[in-house]
Amino acid sequence: MDLYLPIAGLSVNILVIIGLGGLVGLLSGMFGVGGGFLTTPLMIFYGIPPAVAVASSAPQITGASVSGVLAHRHRDGVDYHIGAVLVAGGAIGSLAGGALFRLLQDLGQIDTVVNMMYVLMLGGIGIVMARDAIGALVAEWRGDRPKPAGKRHHPLIAILPFRWRFYRSGLYISPLAPFLLGLATGVMTVLMGVGGGFILVPAMIYLLGMPARVVVGTSLFQILFVTAATTMVHALTTRAVDLVLTALLLIGSVTGAQFGTRIALKMKPEYLRLALAFIVLVVAIRMLLGLTWRPPEIFTVQAL
Amino acid sequence: MKKAILLLLAPLLLSAEHPRLVPDVSQRKIDIIYSFTGAELLLFGAILYPGGKAPSDDTQIAVVVKGPSESVLIREKRKIAGIWVNADSSSFRSVPSFYALASSKPISTIVDPRTAVIYELGIDNLQLSPASGGDPAEERRFEEGLVDLKTRGGYYSETSHGVEISEGVLYRARIAVPARVPVGRYTAETFLIEKGRVIAAATRDIDIDKSGVEAFVTRASIDHSFLYGLTAVTLSLLLGGAASAAFQRLRD
Repeated sequence: MDLYLPIAGLSVNILVIIGLGGLVGLLSGMFGVGGGFLTTPLMIFYGIPPAVAVASSAPQITGASVSGVLAHRHRDGVDYHIGAVLVAGGAIGSLAGGALFRLLQDLGQIDTVVNMMYVLMLGGIGIVMARDAIGALVAEWRGDRPKPAGKRHHPLIAILPFRWRFYRSGLYISPLAPFLLGLATGVMTVLMGVGGGFILVPAMIYLLGMPARVVVGTSLFQILFVTAATTMVHALTTRAVDLVLTALLLIGSVTGAQFGTRIALKMKPEYLRLALAFIVLVVAIRMLLGLTWRPPEIFTVQAL
Repeated sequence: MKKAILLLLAPLLLSAEHPRLVPDVSQRKIDIIYSFTGAELLLFGAILYPGGKAPSDDTQIAVVVKGPSESVLIREKRKIAGIWVNADSSSFRSVPSFYALASSKPISTIVDPRTAVIYELGIDNLQLSPASGGDPAEERRFEEGLVDLKTRGGYYSETSHGVEISEGVLYRARIAVPARVPVGRYTAETFLIEKGRVIAAATRDIDIDKSGVEAFVTRASIDHSFLYGLTAVTLSLLLGGAASAAFQRLRD
């Protein structure tokens, strides 16, 4: 079943794209990540122009997060207070990201920089998460008492001035910390076509010390707003959002997200984190190899 | 004086002695709609010989379908400090977005090299107009890289024996247009070749354009980009909400 994508300018197999959306939706419901770090590279691999892949994955992540946010809201898993601070940071970050994107594009180095960012961030986060999850599992297997949960935010966070009380997360920290976190993910959303969940979730757990109960829901809440803003930025500047492609991806991902959320409720958080760490590390290693292997195309063409 | 005028007119008089082409294409307009997976153009026509002269055996036909030209920047990757990065770049001012050549015999055997260059017959004879004006060897390398990319992408092709000539009078050729070609005004050129030279040529235009929903979506994204963006966001929110509501009902 082939369908012509008007903006991308090529025909795609409907089932492949819906399946891709479904897989990403499953991940987004399970781990609270948008899944853009998988969709964007896979779409480019399928032959969709990179600009269209990045721009069209933004609204797809929005859709997947809606069903995730709603599902998590039913069990009180969203801290709107911290979420709002994150969104404010994300909005400013996406504007800065847009400027950075144009600069790197003119220099012709956008692909290399984005790939290196993928390797560094995914690699670093994957290792931290895997170590932590394995540590927790080993401790449990030995029968050690689990460490007391929560309120163990990073010492650097405690230094920041103007502390606010975030009741639902049970935190008394400076709003600057979630704001800067939001800013960083906003830049990444525009540059890398990712929601930034894979950096938000671990940062919320390990840096802010938020309880695992609200992490996934709050992360999806931030992703929802920042990807919606990014869609608008792309629609107005790059004009690379392909509505047909977005709709196909959405059909798959909103369904997948529902299944993902149900799996997440049944699985142990440690296993969940270990699984996410594994996926993140695999993508990071693949990207690292991609940088050092001889690329299939030495030449690339850009229309002037 | 008379002699001089005759000499001046000689080419015209001579050309009247040459065969003439009556070409046509199967489609003047290709509409890209939702199910578009490429199209096949049929280029056909007749060769008219003056004064009912018998058709000659060494008359050959070449047809060229060319897409709109564009300026491109081409970048070359090189391994620097263990990582492949874009290093050099070069730009070309007139790169046809599509080029398909079909001929009744391999093109290099029916035209002489100079004619091939003048009429841009053959992928290697395309005039890409390098804009940098740098080192010719380097330019050559970029040009080869560009042509190689286009050829493997299905945008450039050459088919020898792609034109069928029946009874030396009627000819026809099929040219496949892949799904991912850019839209715009294409030209279908037909060349009548005798003894290595082009003796007659004719051109027909073909418009390739999006139509129906595809055209509407493309236009909307350009003319009403704010509304278009809002539509994308609303669509994603609605679909996400609908799925959530549906699954909630299933659970209860």
